[in-house]
Amino acid sequence: MALTGLFLCLFLAGHLAGNLQLIFGTSLQFNEYALFMTTNPAVKILSYLTYISILFHAIDGILLTFQNKAARPIGYAKTDGSSSSFASRNMAVLGTIILVFIVTHMVNFWAKMHFDESMPLQETVVESPMGELTLYNTVNGSYVNKEAVEVRNVTDFYDPQLNLKVGQGYKDLHKITFEFFKDEKFGLIFTLGYVLAMLAMAFHLWHGFQSAFQSLGATGSKLTPAIKLFGKLFSVIVPLLFAIIPIYIHFSK
Amino acid sequence: MSAAKNININLKIWRQKNASSKGSMETYKLDNVSTASSFLEMLDQLNEQLVNEKKEPVAFDHDCREGICGMCSLYINGRAHGPDTGITTCQLHMRMFNDGDTIYIEPWRSKAFPVIKDLVVDRSAFDRIQQAGGFVSVNTSGNTIDANSIPVPKDDADKAFMAAACIGCGACVATCKNGSAMLFVGAKVSQYALLPQGKVEATQRVLNMVRQMDEEGFGNCTNTGACEIECPKGISLENIARMNREFLKASVK
Amino acid sequence: MKLDSKIPNGPLKDKWTNHKNHLKLVAPNNRPKIDIIVVGTGLAGASAAASLGEMGYNVKAFCFQDSPRRAHSIAAQGGVNAAKNYQNDGDSVYRLFYDTIKGGDYRAREANVHRLAEVSGNIIDQCVAQGVPFAREYGGMLDNRSFGGTQVQRTFYAAGQTGQQLLLGAYSALSRQIGLGRVKMYNRHEMLDIVKVDGKARGIIARNLVTGEIERHSAHAVVIASGGYGNVYFLSTNAMGSNVTAGWKIHKQGALFANPCYVQIHPTCIPVHGTNQSKLTLMSESLRNSGRIWVPKKKEDAEAIRAGKLKPTQIAEEDRDYYLERKYPAFGNLVPRDVASRAAKEVCDAGHGIEANDTNEGVYLDFSTEIQTKGKQSAYAKGNHNPTPEEITALGKQWLEEKYGNLFTMYQKITDENPYETPMKIYPAVHYTMGGVWVDYNLQSTIPGCFVAGEANFSDHGANRLGASALMQGLADGYFVLPYTISNYLADEIRTGKISTDSPEFAEAEARVKDSINMFLNNNGTKSVDYFHKKLGLIMWNKVGMGRNEKGLTEAIAEIAQLKEDFYKEVYVPGSADELNPELEKALRVADFIELGQLMAMDALQRKESCGGHFREEYQDAEGETLRDDENFKFVGAWEYKGDDISKEELHKEELVYEEIKIAARNYK
Repeated sequence: MALTGLFLCLFLAGHLAGNLQLIFGTSLQFNEYALFMTTNPAVKILSYLTYISILFHAIDGILLTFQNKAARPIGYAKTDGSSSSFASRNMAVLGTIILVFIVTHMVNFWAKMHFDESMPLQETVVESPMGELTLYNTVNGSYVNKEAVEVRNVTDFYDPQLNLKVGQGYKDLHKITFEFFKDEKFGLIFTLGYVLAMLAMAFHLWHGFQSAFQSLGATGSKLTPAIKLFGKLFSVIVPLLFAIIPIYIHFSK
Repeated sequence: MSAAKNININLKIWRQKNASSKGSMETYKLDNVSTASSFLEMLDQLNEQLVNEKKEPVAFDHDCREGICGMCSLYINGRAHGPDTGITTCQLHMRMFNDGDTIYIEPWRSKAFPVIKDLVVDRSAFDRIQQAGGFVSVNTSGNTIDANSIPVPKDDADKAFMAAACIGCGACVATCKNGSAMLFVGAKVSQYALLPQGKVEATQRVLNMVRQMDEEGFGNCTNTGACEIECPKGISLENIARMNREFLKASVK
Repeated sequence: MKLDSKIPNGPLKDKWTNHKNHLKLVAPNNRPKIDIIVVGTGLAGASAAASLGEMGYNVKAFCFQDSPRRAHSIAAQGGVNAAKNYQNDGDSVYRLFYDTIKGGDYRAREANVHRLAEVSGNIIDQCVAQGVPFAREYGGMLDNRSFGGTQVQRTFYAAGQTGQQLLLGAYSALSRQIGLGRVKMYNRHEMLDIVKVDGKARGIIARNLVTGEIERHSAHAVVIASGGYGNVYFLSTNAMGSNVTAGWKIHKQGALFANPCYVQIHPTCIPVHGTNQSKLTLMSESLRNSGRIWVPKKKEDAEAIRAGKLKPTQIAEEDRDYYLERKYPAFGNLVPRDVASRAAKEVCDAGHGIEANDTNEGVYLDFSTEIQTKGKQSAYAKGNHNPTPEEITALGKQWLEEKYGNLFTMYQKITDENPYETPMKIYPAVHYTMGGVWVDYNLQSTIPGCFVAGEANFSDHGANRLGASALMQGLADGYFVLPYTISNYLADEIRTGKISTDSPEFAEAEARVKDSINMFLNNNGTKSVDYFHKKLGLIMWNKVGMGRNEKGLTEAIAEIAQLKEDFYKEVYVPGSADELNPELEKALRVADFIELGQLMAMDALQRKESCGGHFREEYQDAEGETLRDDENFKFVGAWEYKGDDISKEELHKEELVYEEIKIAARNYK
């Protein structure tokens, strides 16, 4: 739990850095980043590690929870929770919320990015003498006229007459994301859901971060207070920044 | 000091004929309890009342009544050893309660501590963990080296003592939501790991004690910290971290 | 019956060495054929069981608690003595021996006490090797402190929990042997009788306290290490379960019971608070290193304090009577326990007691002087040569907390008073019993094959035990004496073979036990066991307590005999025999306490002298100190059971011989 948990903390930090481009970057920058993340071999390895970590963290957590429940077959008639924190007592519940969130999150974004055949592509609109012209961005930095090409295999641009590939586009994850949170019917619900999931994440980290070091035996009279402080900051700041993004998108013009 | 006065209380106590029968919470009314009495003296008073009514008295474990033998237990109003901290049940005094209070009294709940009768549980699992490795393998001939021939840094000796102060009452297991015995085992492992005399067998000791702990059916530690709060001797969580270190070290050796 | 103490010949300091060299041995290959039963798992029992198991004998160990680690040795606070002379203050084996004999008011055997002093150093070596975390100095060496009745620092300690740490050390050694299968442990089992075959101890009858099953266990030798009998008084510092049953049952089967009237009343316990009180809590004697004991000089002040109109801190210095410092300037607050206890009783009897309980019994143990002294020292040590009074007080309290923090907290939890701000209230309470089963130099009782160790025997402390000597004796008996002397006995048993539990002797002993259990359960009385136990306690405390006289003792004997009759007629024991039944356990124990109580009064009556913890009011000097009669009473009084009527018990005398020490009046002035 400790090792996978800490690895997932690293993943969170990286993921957050990428996501923040939704606020601080252009859509092209974000989509470039998204493409990089889905194609770079090193990132691929990391992403597989992440999937395995999530899986392992979840399965291990579930097993532990069952074992722990079995260790007390008859419960108490009266309990008083004053000797431990809410977060520490509810890691399994919080973890489950996060797991549900991760699944929906992956269906909404990751799956679209990977498998959606009708994924929109990054476009650039320019003023031309003939009026507004919509161009597709290509991955090598040039443009192709949207009217002049045919999109095949989701991202490949083909000259329809010559039947030749003339370039490759960026999947427009940026657009998908903005549309998702700005959806007229459900945008607010999606945003709220996301924020709530981040709240669960905050509590999960509030206990989990320092707990991981304790489980690894990485403690000390100077080290432990530092880890505790860092853990608390991490558990507040990271989910908060994550949560700000959909709120920003939802309320942006 | 507040002067002693008499109070009337209601008691809800777990009654169970023997290990194989099904128990239930029963209600009793007890009048004229002096607030200067200890909690166990209050139970004596109840039992005297029950015996005089020719009813079966409540069985509960107790012996030294000065907080050191570790025999007394009781989960009182949802907390191990009751509402006060840093003490055992025998040191809990009735001045912690008010006239008209309803007090819940339950046995330690753990798969590894089966109920024998009423509030009495079997804690021999702790003995078996100790037998698996909680010792230094030295013969009792007295022909060892002079006690002062190996200096022990005061800090280490003090830490070892603080770990060795564990009275084996089982409050850590009772209060842990997972029914984990890590504080108990951690304290024992730590005591020996901190002293030069115990270092020789450190690897085997931690592996054997942890194996036995797992076999007994205790739950896993999720670092909620409740054990440290409820421990009548204030055994520190640091002992669990130290055991984790020792265990990792021993596992990779 | 002629009592043979079997003390070896030769010079005192060579007796044990020579004796050991000539004792018979059992070869390692024969030891697994021999069974030994050990009853009790305190310091003496656990260390004996561990040592014997380690030697290769088949050991069965019994305790009534749920784990061997809970035996009441665990509650010893202050420390363990050893003649190591680490502090370079002139200590030696001889001095420890001398202090112990003198502390025991010249009523202990020289040879036993010298052996104890000889092996004391080994105890510390052994415990350290086992990982017992004794207190240490910054240089990494072991720390020591002073205890009552000595002028050297020879007490090794682990905060206020020395007994706990030593017992856990012995328990760890025992656990190791249990893990290796050499000791079989019987938790929650109580020995209810001994089985003799052809006059030799051959086993015990034990009750499984969980199932109620009556079990037969055979062995080639039986060790009784079941502790003392302080709970005769109902209120004592003993654990609730501490009992004399094992010792009393072997007494009834032929083991003489020696010096039952020697009871130690410990001077520093928390006073009684009310009628529902179940036990008394000790405040370690080590506190007398730092606290000063006093009562108000004026009775009016004492009255006002009891009425809640005055606080102790309002009593001016000149209105306080530091009676121990006044009467015993050389030892002051560190006089032996019996002396300190009697002095407290004296001032309270004179109307100066400060506790608002039924008997006004309580005196102050005041730390304010120490706070100032240590506070100033700490300030200087920190380079502050002009500390303010507030700084001194704060540093002084900090010093106290480091040294005695756990004891102060314990006091505050029990009394709801803060001892850093107001003096502790203390009063003597029954703590330890020097008397016990009579044993010879080999710790064997008058039943062959039945050995008795630790507090359960009578051997080492005479009429008064010095602080930090009980732990020493328990471990000495178990680790360093019994393994030799039992082997000597067992050397003749290697051909005996397994002892059957089907013999008529076992059946007979089992029937005795079952009869007595059935008697209690079928007795349709109306009063609880505690009712009788409390009554016995009151008789004992008032008439066989700190001050005894012929009239009181004679009355006590009659009252206890009457109480015994009432008990068997009127006691009500609920529940059944085949379950966990704490009331039944108590009934069986109280039955034995009542009989022993009567014997204690008889022993106190026959001992027409005052010595150590035994203070006969008729025998005191002009200043109220104990007045021994060495000419007529320099003997061990050992009683022989003569049937159900305790008053028929017969006294046997073992004359005490002092070859090394010139016997003199004890003087702590």
